[in-house]
Amino acid sequence: MASKTIHAYYNDDDVLMHAVKKVKAAKHHIEEVYCPFPVHGLDKAMGLAPTRIAITSFMYGCVGLTVAITMMNFIMIEDWPQDIGGKPSFSFLENMPAFVPIMFELTVFFAAHLMVITFYMRSRLWPFKKAENPDVRTTDDHFLMEIDVHGDEKELTELLMDTGAVEINVMEKNSH
Amino acid sequence: MYTVSNKLKIGSFILMAVGLLGIAIGFIGAPGTVEEAKAIVASHDDGHGGGHGAADAHAPAAGHGDAADAHGEAHDASHDEHLLHQLQNKPWAALYVGAFFFFMISLGVLAFYAIQRAAQAGWSPLLFRVMEGITSYLVPGGIIVFVILVLSVMHMNHLFVWMDADVVAHDELIQGKVGYLNPTFFLIRAAIFLGGWIFYREYSRKLSLRQDESDDNSNFKLNFRWSAGFLVFYLVSESMMSWDWIMSVDPHWFSTLFGWYVFASMLVSGITVIAMVTIYLKSKGLLPDVNNSHIHDLAKFMFGISIFWTYLWFSQFMLIWYSNIPEEVTYYVTRIEDFRLPFFGMVAMNFLFPVLLLMNSDYKRINWFVVLAGIVILSGHYLDIFNMIMPATVGDQWSIGIPEIGAVLFFAGLFIFWVFKALATVPLQPKRNPFIEESRHFHY
Repeated sequence: MASKTIHAYYNDDDVLMHAVKKVKAAKHHIEEVYCPFPVHGLDKAMGLAPTRIAITSFMYGCVGLTVAITMMNFIMIEDWPQDIGGKPSFSFLENMPAFVPIMFELTVFFAAHLMVITFYMRSRLWPFKKAENPDVRTTDDHFLMEIDVHGDEKELTELLMDTGAVEINVMEKNSH
Repeated sequence: MYTVSNKLKIGSFILMAVGLLGIAIGFIGAPGTVEEAKAIVASHDDGHGGGHGAADAHAPAAGHGDAADAHGEAHDASHDEHLLHQLQNKPWAALYVGAFFFFMISLGVLAFYAIQRAAQAGWSPLLFRVMEGITSYLVPGGIIVFVILVLSVMHMNHLFVWMDADVVAHDELIQGKVGYLNPTFFLIRAAIFLGGWIFYREYSRKLSLRQDESDDNSNFKLNFRWSAGFLVFYLVSESMMSWDWIMSVDPHWFSTLFGWYVFASMLVSGITVIAMVTIYLKSKGLLPDVNNSHIHDLAKFMFGISIFWTYLWFSQFMLIWYSNIPEEVTYYVTRIEDFRLPFFGMVAMNFLFPVLLLMNSDYKRINWFVVLAGIVILSGHYLDIFNMIMPATVGDQWSIGIPEIGAVLFFAGLFIFWVFKALATVPLQPKRNPFIEESRHFHY
């Protein structure tokens, strides 16, 4: 277990991308990268596992669709049968075109909202949560790469300097 | 430089020959007299048991409902006459649907190309030669469609009932539209639309080729201006074209979003063909700089425009279904009663299939997936055009038989031959497009 962590600061996303690739190539483990905005392709460069949020989104969409169908069937057909468009068929299937907009909207509503909530939970962002980023500058104009020190600390620092880091801090590891 | 392989050339000639044979069989098989028409329907009844017999019990197609109200001898005679016209229309309608479908693909690509130019898109310049190759079919395709329209005006067929002076004399609704819907103005409009589209295509292609040889970007800038101007002309003319060439086969019926609906159909078919041609050329080792991000983008457009098409299809359907106004709803009643399978099958092919197949991001990069989805989308949009033209022209006598498939094969052959011939005339990659570097490094 490494006891020291290095924080390398960058002020440009392109420089950061190159740095990440270089550090990965030197077989160092990047703990985390903090960015003021999403950097395209950073997840691939860091070697993170592909996101599974799209799958959850699809499932939430299916839930939304099911809720819409069940709800419209209960409200408009079973509980209080409605004469829709002057066609008193009282069958769900024959009145289905009138329900399609609701089915569509609820599918989108469930998929979107539950996906956002899932994303927050997965990112451990909930109300009254204390910020995890080690430096406030990562919310403004700096990028921060967090690396655990295994082996030679000096060599790693030099490597990071080479990649164009604007500031490097070595610190004792403290648990969050 | 790309040269058309012999296999492809021979294949396209075989398609054309077989297609021509099918079209000819359709025309020879069309009945000349009422007796022959009745014999054809009767022989079908023997073959298929009750299937077509039940269809015969239906009232004739939209627009002739008043004829069905009459009883006795007069009704029988007019019904038989109507049947004869439907069967005589059949090979013509098959030809027209096939001709329009492939013409529509190249027109859709032209619109997509103009959007890329007007938006100064950075990802697509590598595909410009492919798009220009596909739009080259605009000239023969447009001329063929125009010739069919001229033959309709000359009463060689009854695709457009409003061209028949006899029909107009007894129809107050069409009389009210005669100022717009008359044969002369109809052909003048068609000539203006086709002239404008073909002019832009040829001029933009010329500027595009000239840009490769020049030492500044003046051709590129001029092309940008013409493309933006063309889009204005296109959106108006395409809409009017859809009223003229398609909606007017049902001269009583109208829908205000019909132009958009046809536009969505042609755009998605066009983009699908761009993707398929690109994948084909790549499989031959050409277009080395086109990467799977380009295919991914094209597949995203296929996915997105398929949903856009569905949105318009449904918007048109739901309002008419909901309000249930007799003169409007007859359009869908005919389709649901007599065209149930192609009508609903088309929605499955154009919506459900691409949505489920192309939803996953990774699948949009897998060539065979894109091609498979593309084949279904193209068949679905052929059926879409089929459903637009057939109910008003052949009614419940429709089928997808030798004349229909023959027309598709013939125009597919011609389309392939013409497009690949055009692709082989110039290098497949633009040299001096200012965005070519961006396109080469396009990465998603």
